[in-house]
Amino acid sequence: MADALEPKTFRVTRADLVRYAGASGDFNPIHWSDRVATGVGLPGVIAHGMFTMALVGRAVTEWAGAPDAVVEFSVRFSRPVPVPDTDEGTEVVVSATVKEVTDEGHTRLSLTATCNGDKVLSLAQALISKR
Amino acid sequence: MGMPLDQSFVGRSWPPTEPYLVGREKIREFARAIGATDAAYHDPAAARALGYPDVVAPPTFPVAITMAASRQVIADPALGLDYTRVVHGDQRFAYTRPVVAGDALVCVNSVDEITSRGGHEFITTRTEVTTEAGEPVVTVWSKLVQRGEEH
Repeated sequence: MADALEPKTFRVTRADLVRYAGASGDFNPIHWSDRVATGVGLPGVIAHGMFTMALVGRAVTEWAGAPDAVVEFSVRFSRPVPVPDTDEGTEVVVSATVKEVTDEGHTRLSLTATCNGDKVLSLAQALISKR
Repeated sequence: MGMPLDQSFVGRSWPPTEPYLVGREKIREFARAIGATDAAYHDPAAARALGYPDVVAPPTFPVAITMAASRQVIADPALGLDYTRVVHGDQRFAYTRPVVAGDALVCVNSVDEITSRGGHEFITTRTEVTTEAGEPVVTVWSKLVQRGEEH
């Protein structure tokens, strides 16, 4: 694995949030109702944190080249991902650097996710098993 | 509103949840919802080629089980959590193996930590996800933040 991995860009639309709500069972209205979201002080509908984490998980498994390689995976949600009600929605860009190779041969990635240039995660990392 | 969370929840564990039967179509639905196209998430033959009995779930799939299971803790009125002011703080998974279709999974919830800072309340739940026989599958930590009142 290279030290810095090729960033991956994911488009996120309102339709994606509706579909994720159904698949995950997380029907919190801040992820589909502007009325509720602005009522609690948000700029509008935001993505589920776990949807953002799922996209980062996709990037990690794709970099690892294996769907079952993730041994540990952790993030802090530091900033919301606003998703406007447009056809384009927004974009989340995921990048990573290799932090260490552990004694067991696992690879620890330090992960970054940004939306509109702002970091939306902090303390994000994944441990990937050796194949 | 704005009350501190009940500290007596820290260190408590709850009885195991009823087994959650992981369906092949549920894994496929979840994988489609996050745009994950790896064959092992969709095709049992591809999963078997990797040594699994059926399709494999993407890494964050367990939250679909643990979020519902943890209501046992966070929806208890005695805790004092105002869910309308809750945002997701941290999330962590430590896997023994991936979740696979056909698993019947049991969750045991506990509360690792409750803290208070800057008017916000923080609670960290830990969910041990195992098979009915008690074999570990994944441990899931979620930190929720109850935001303080605006001033």
